[in-house]
Amino acid sequence: MSLPLFVGLDLGASRTKVAVVDRAGVLIGHAVKKSGTDFPATAAYCLDASLEMAGATRNDIARAVSTGYGRGTVTFITDKNKSEIGCIAKGCHHYFPGAITIIDIGAQDNKIIKLNTVGGRSSFKMNRKCAAGTGSFLEEMSYRLDITLEEMNDLARQSENIIKLGSYCTVFSATEVLENIRHGKKITDIVKGIFYSVIKRVLEMDSLTEQVVMTGGVVAHNRYIVTMTEEMIARPVLLPEFPQLAGAIGAALYAMDQKETAEISESEDSETELI
Amino acid sequence: MAEEKKTRKKIQATDQMNRLMADYFYDLDAAAKSDNRKVAWCTSVGPAELLRALGFAVHFPENHAAMLGATRTSTDLIPEANAIGYSPDICSYLTADIGAYLKGFTPLAKAYPGIESVPRPDVLVYNTNQCRDVQDWFAWYSKELGVPALGITSPKNVNEVTEAHISDVAKQIEALVPTLEEIAGTKLDMERLKEVVSLSRDCTELWKKVLETATASPAPLSFFDGTIHMGPAVVLRGTAEAVDYYKLLLAELEQRIAEGVGAVDGESVRIYWEGMPVWGRLRQHSELFSGFHATVIASTYCSSWIFPAFDGNDPIRSMAKAYLELFIVRSDDYKGGYIKEMLEKFHIDGIIYHDAKTCPYNSNNRYGMPQRIEAETGIPSLVISGDLNDLRCISDEQTKTNIEAFIEQLEEGK
Ligand code: SF4
Repeated sequence: MSLPLFVGLDLGASRTKVAVVDRAGVLIGHAVKKSGTDFPATAAYCLDASLEMAGATRNDIARAVSTGYGRGTVTFITDKNKSEIGCIAKGCHHYFPGAITIIDIGAQDNKIIKLNTVGGRSSFKMNRKCAAGTGSFLEEMSYRLDITLEEMNDLARQSENIIKLGSYCTVFSATEVLENIRHGKKITDIVKGIFYSVIKRVLEMDSLTEQVVMTGGVVAHNRYIVTMTEEMIARPVLLPEFPQLAGAIGAALYAMDQKETAEISESEDSETELI
Repeated sequence: MAEEKKTRKKIQATDQMNRLMADYFYDLDAAAKSDNRKVAWCTSVGPAELLRALGFAVHFPENHAAMLGATRTSTDLIPEANAIGYSPDICSYLTADIGAYLKGFTPLAKAYPGIESVPRPDVLVYNTNQCRDVQDWFAWYSKELGVPALGITSPKNVNEVTEAHISDVAKQIEALVPTLEEIAGTKLDMERLKEVVSLSRDCTELWKKVLETATASPAPLSFFDGTIHMGPAVVLRGTAEAVDYYKLLLAELEQRIAEGVGAVDGESVRIYWEGMPVWGRLRQHSELFSGFHATVIASTYCSSWIFPAFDGNDPIRSMAKAYLELFIVRSDDYKGGYIKEMLEKFHIDGIIYHDAKTCPYNSNNRYGMPQRIEAETGIPSLVISGDLNDLRCISDEQTKTNIEAFIEQLEEGK
């Protein structure tokens, strides 16, 4: 570890992710936790857990950047104004320099971000106001089927005969799933159909360029979605080591890039004293 | 990106505009209450000139619906119309306005003490040049209030406005005259019509100049200012008061240019807005952009009240031409060319398309336009999902994330 350290906090609507990188930009600590209702407390917990993993203390931190839905709730940062799209892009470019298309599937939304060879964004698209193709859709289906999210991955893998869902409405899809169960269809095939639906919805959002990278919590926990995507787009998909941390790592790298003068400050008007 | 809390800079002429709008609404109310004056309801680009020349006080339901949106009362009213069979997927101006009627509500009552309701019409006059919804909207009131609804059925998706198109619409305007004369209880005075059309022309020219002040850098006026200050161009087209108002506003904006004052401090990014405003989020959106030192400089929407064709010497044909040349009436080919000209004229860095859930006619992102224009101009685009009046169709957080990431992208690309 080469000091000082830089921290990225990605406070997502569903999960809070924290990444700690050293001055060479190497990931040396990280943590993920359900965001819950107390964002600052969750962020503090994740920060301490990732510092512990890095074998460091808060005194070793030079700068910190927050991003994501809850980024405004934390203090002890030098910048809370990097968009999650910017951070995911930066995190991915770090591992995959070159022109890439990033497919990020999160709990509440998904994104397709296109980067040019120097990491500049040429475009991005977010899902429309609907759960189709997001982690929420999977969560809803896991609840309806009474199968944990973790189990879904293995079940889908065992499928021999995918059952495709026709609708993009979560409620209609749930009805379709129940219909298939009533007709005695195999659960493995239904789950694969659910995965297929997620990927389809995302791929409908934009065209893809040659190199595709996938990130986000959904692919972190359901690697079979990556395999299926590769089959559907007929080319390999690149995956960072920690797909869920792309935004947090990007935020940490933004912190590293900031001018030396940027001071960590506990802003006075903040609603909550966090870290 | 550093986001700062910013408020809109006040345009001094606003007070005069508020007086003008108050006079307009009180006059409408007085006309509705009087025995000898008649009230016509008219669609935004319906034959308002003809109605004014015949002495009608003219009420614009779309303006009323936008007020329901801006006061954020529409979302509670829309379900009333949904419940009687008007789908949440159709025009939320229509559903908000009919919902307000069903609930006996109008924002005019709060804004203008003494006014209790929208003015009761004697006739409803539409032009389907913008959409079919206006005809359905007026048909409902016609049945409900027992007043005639008549209008113009316009061609749509017009590439080039031809003499044949103009003759068709001009004939339809002429055909309205006998019925309208009967309701008005007076004959159409052609000299008066020429005068009204000339005033509409003057208003249009001044409004155009007002909007074009935003070609300056920094732009003295933003899209959000435009949506407020277009009020007289919408409801007082064809009057001397509107003309005087825009002279005043133009002078103030020219003064801003001379002094280098922008609508936003430290303007770094210039954006074009394609589509309807989100009426219930005007302030929020304005502050969101200015917080990032971005200005939404220009829009198709505000520019839709520019009618270069009006000609006092040939009133009816020129009205027909003006109503046909409108952006919303035109083909995608024409629209693409128009937007590209605007991007160039206003030195635009990026374009935002508002995909309004309930107005396909003003959502020009649905047939590949963003991709085509981006490919041809290299100017990046963003589509945001929302609606003009139905706030149930909006995610503020998603809008914010999108807009912020877009401005970041534009700044990085500079
Ligand atoms: S153009 Fe759109 S907003 Fe205007 S009346 Fe028609 S449907 Fe409604």
